[in-house]
Amino acid sequence: MMKQRSLIRFGFSALALAALALASPAGAADKIDPVADAKAFKKFFYDKFPKLKPEDFVNGPYSMDEGLHKQWVEKEQFPPYEFAVEEGKEMFAKPFKNGKTYADCFPNQGIGIRQNYPLFDDKQGKVITLELALNQCREANGEAPYSYVRGEMASLTAYMAFTSRGKPMDIKIPDDPRALAAYEQGKEYFYTRRGQLNFSCATCHVQSPGERVRTEVLAPALGIMNAMPIYRSEWNSMGTTSRRLVTCNSQTRGVPLTPQDDEYRNVEYYLSYVANGLPISGPGARP
Amino acid sequence: MASTIRVRATSNGEITEVQALIQHPMDSGFVKDAKGEIIPPHFIQQLTFEYDGKPVFLADWGGGISKDPYVKFAFKGGKKGDDLKVSWTDNKGASDSTTAKIG
Repeated sequence: MMKQRSLIRFGFSALALAALALASPAGAADKIDPVADAKAFKKFFYDKFPKLKPEDFVNGPYSMDEGLHKQWVEKEQFPPYEFAVEEGKEMFAKPFKNGKTYADCFPNQGIGIRQNYPLFDDKQGKVITLELALNQCREANGEAPYSYVRGEMASLTAYMAFTSRGKPMDIKIPDDPRALAAYEQGKEYFYTRRGQLNFSCATCHVQSPGERVRTEVLAPALGIMNAMPIYRSEWNSMGTTSRRLVTCNSQTRGVPLTPQDDEYRNVEYYLSYVANGLPISGPGARP
Repeated sequence: MASTIRVRATSNGEITEVQALIQHPMDSGFVKDAKGEIIPPHFIQQLTFEYDGKPVFLADWGGGISKDPYVKFAFKGGKKGDDLKVSWTDNKGASDSTTAKIG
């Protein structure tokens, strides 16, 4: 009896193996190729907006609309995120109860490293965003984690982004099937339609950047992560990448995920990777 | 704590252009928090810019002004290197002031 069962099991796994072997040649045609993806992604935007320089894309809607651009130039003289940068700087330097600081958790003391996030951590086997890394740092030092969407987290990331301004985005996808899978899942999330309005991220940010949704000018997906975190006039406060993704979902009448869920981290990984080489412009100000 | 006021004033010889950003919640008193309780009014009531001991810009504000308000105006006169004093008081009696050099 036992022997028979294991034979059946063996038979099943052999079948599954055969199916895999059959599937792989077909899969080879659309092999995961981040380098080609990034090239095609950039080409699409450069062709769509031939007047713009690559580094203009990191300024979102301000690069799309002349009137907005004028307002932005003026706003940048007195940027609304300035208070957050200052607050973040103070928080960043302030030691935890155990005497350590954020600087101890990051390479180069956390200064000028924003462009390397999100990164793939082979020990944890997943994509680590700057926000997640900050909370992991807090928890490792016995502090309670911060909310991922606003407040302290936004101020800390604002300061860290500020120290990396102008540095080209530099996301690496290690030669690890898990990293490639995370990238591919992020890409899939980006192009999958969802919500009552049946929008994908790409519907707005690839198909229609520069167009208006009511009064808002849509930002191009290329370089959209380079400006994070952002002060949105609509929010009247700072918000992180997580906050932006959550509101994107609810605006298309979808059900938002929990901040820093796998899908969100992976889509951030994908979007940051395809913007490699474009400068960090965060913290940004958005209408 | 750092000042709640950021000012930049530049003179072109005849006219001084002033920009200021003030950190303040500016709660109108009509907004409820997540628990459904009213957030009590807390807003700047008077904002003053003084040059040479005289006010050059006075604003009587209320709850209708946005959070972290931004102000921009210009006045005749004002010399490079002179002081411009900015101060505000709110409905809870709090206040802050700072002095900026005209550039």
